[in-house]
Amino acid sequence: MSVFVNEQTRLVVQGITGRDGSFHTRQMIDYGTRVVAGVTPGKGGQKAEGTVPVFNTVAEAVAETGANASVIYVPAKFAADAVFEAADAGVALIVCISEGVPVLDMTRVYPYVKEHGARLIGPNCPGLITPGVGKVGIIPGQICTAGPIGVVSRSGTLTYEVVYQLTRAGLGQTTCIGIGGDPIIGTNFIDCLAAFEADPATTAVVMIGEIGGTDEQLAADFVQAKMKKPVVGFIAGQTAPPGRRMGHAGAIISGSSGTAAEKMAAFERAGIAVMKRPADVVPLLKERL
Amino acid sequence: MNLHEYQARELLRRAGIPVPADGVATTPKEAKQVAERLGARRVVVKAQVHAGGRGKAGGVKLAASPAEAEQVAAKILGMTIKGLTVHRVLIAPAAEIASEAYVGVIVDRTTQSPVFMVSPAGGIDIEEVAATTPEKIFRARVDARYGLLPHQALGLAFRLYDDVTMARQAADILQKLYRAFVDAGASLAEINPLVRTPQGEIVALDAKIAVDDNELDRRPAIAALRDTTAEEPSEVQAREANLTYIKLDGDVGCVVNGAGLAMATMDLVKYYGGEPANFLDIGGSSNPEKVVSALQIITADVHVKAILFNIFGGITRCDDVANGIVAATRRFKVDRPIVIRLTGTNEKEALAILGGVGMTALTDMDEAVKQAVAMAKGAAA
Repeated sequence: MSVFVNEQTRLVVQGITGRDGSFHTRQMIDYGTRVVAGVTPGKGGQKAEGTVPVFNTVAEAVAETGANASVIYVPAKFAADAVFEAADAGVALIVCISEGVPVLDMTRVYPYVKEHGARLIGPNCPGLITPGVGKVGIIPGQICTAGPIGVVSRSGTLTYEVVYQLTRAGLGQTTCIGIGGDPIIGTNFIDCLAAFEADPATTAVVMIGEIGGTDEQLAADFVQAKMKKPVVGFIAGQTAPPGRRMGHAGAIISGSSGTAAEKMAAFERAGIAVMKRPADVVPLLKERL
Repeated sequence: MNLHEYQARELLRRAGIPVPADGVATTPKEAKQVAERLGARRVVVKAQVHAGGRGKAGGVKLAASPAEAEQVAAKILGMTIKGLTVHRVLIAPAAEIASEAYVGVIVDRTTQSPVFMVSPAGGIDIEEVAATTPEKIFRARVDARYGLLPHQALGLAFRLYDDVTMARQAADILQKLYRAFVDAGASLAEINPLVRTPQGEIVALDAKIAVDDNELDRRPAIAALRDTTAEEPSEVQAREANLTYIKLDGDVGCVVNGAGLAMATMDLVKYYGGEPANFLDIGGSSNPEKVVSALQIITADVHVKAILFNIFGGITRCDDVANGIVAATRRFKVDRPIVIRLTGTNEKEALAILGGVGMTALTDMDEAVKQAVAMAKGAAA
């Protein structure tokens, strides 16, 4: 079992002929993902990566191929419209990899996606992978292995670091989800924690947060109130100076509610085992499995 | 990107919000000329730096004549507020004030939408109002697809003024503020104080706008407002090279791909008893030139005693990073020890490239950080 991505996932790639889109389409196919269609306006009728039919619109791609999930690699300024298009076409899972999407665009996109009953992951995220089944996005397949741990993270490469430590220690994953580091994202920690709690194959969850905002505190409340499975957590940015943007737009310590210390304290109060460094993930999980 | 007050005032003025005439000066003499041109009996001279608490720091002063404006400007220009040198002052007429309010709009991550905040307790930091008298702050969530609805604007305005004529004036200002916020691609736009004059006029006496950096590509006119003299030179250099760099006080220079991993690397440096010299994210793409620029910026920091690379290859290819390191050492002298950790995409190719010039790399993050901290300490001893 897994969350969000499984054997039924039929993927359409928006921006399939671009530099990132074509490279990662190849990677996703090689990993075993069912990439059923691509979209690039004006390139309808072509084939991408030798086998994938390209359409001018997402609606056509869905009608012709039965795609039920989409991944977006288009430049940031087109990303909002790409999400609207996927939602209009009835795609159930929309994963937006694009980085640099203006936050005001997201304030319009997010309620629209919700009203259309779709799930958006991202933007500015590495996507998700269900080891051995398929991946949607850019998480390197070779660092993952199938197993019982659910991973959810606001970061990209830090997720890889933690997953790499898990895999080296023989702790495989059900699904690894990068939810993205922007201030407004489609799927948050709580959505993922709830999905992992409901997934019979997941026995424990790793949650990787960072400074800025209050998502981790809200997630801690959720863990305390609703979860029976053990959760191990990490917060990046313990040494970050207040008020400075650290690469992710979301990682701004605003007021007193976004510091690493405050988030780690919230984790501890909720019974979440707190990692001091990425390598702590293995011993903390092993104690709890 | 933060705008200066004088820039924010101009944007609000163009949106139709009543903002008193003003002028900017870079020399005391100019300040005098501006004060003369404004023709006001008294003027206020305000430091233009990206820092809060300008008043408390002595960066805002009244002057009763153009001659005094010149003297006051001479004191403020060149002064340092929170580490930032004042290069410009704003001169504006000193207004008569019957009451002061706060109005602002921000992008709120919790409700995932723009949220208006207004308070009849203006003229002081809204954070202070939130801490001491939170009941005096009123909020309204905006659905960004429809904008600030007229009834929302009027409802907020009645929180500030009982009189309907005044409330309608304020509601109009709120609508215009929202338009200016959207047009600038802002993440925050506020007027503090919004002042009622004894004559019953409502005017904006101060303005603050923070622009979402992701908007700058499609808003060249806003991007052109960037004042690089108000920023750390090394951070400007980094941005021009498409790197995210923040200078800190330690001695272990860090070069990392990805913001989360970069923060975790700094944290680990501290965990092993060291002090990070910076945050540096080379980003997702893998261009060897970015690595060269990163090394240039880090070696320019004289406090750096050891340099730590922590690269987890994904989109970033380890061989591109290795090529960048080798290219940098050929182009200029890297006279500090380098510890390299890399793993992931094209790791083997990277090790071969480094091996060719007698360099090595580790695959374990903890091991690399420990070595870098030890080297920085060894160099300091």
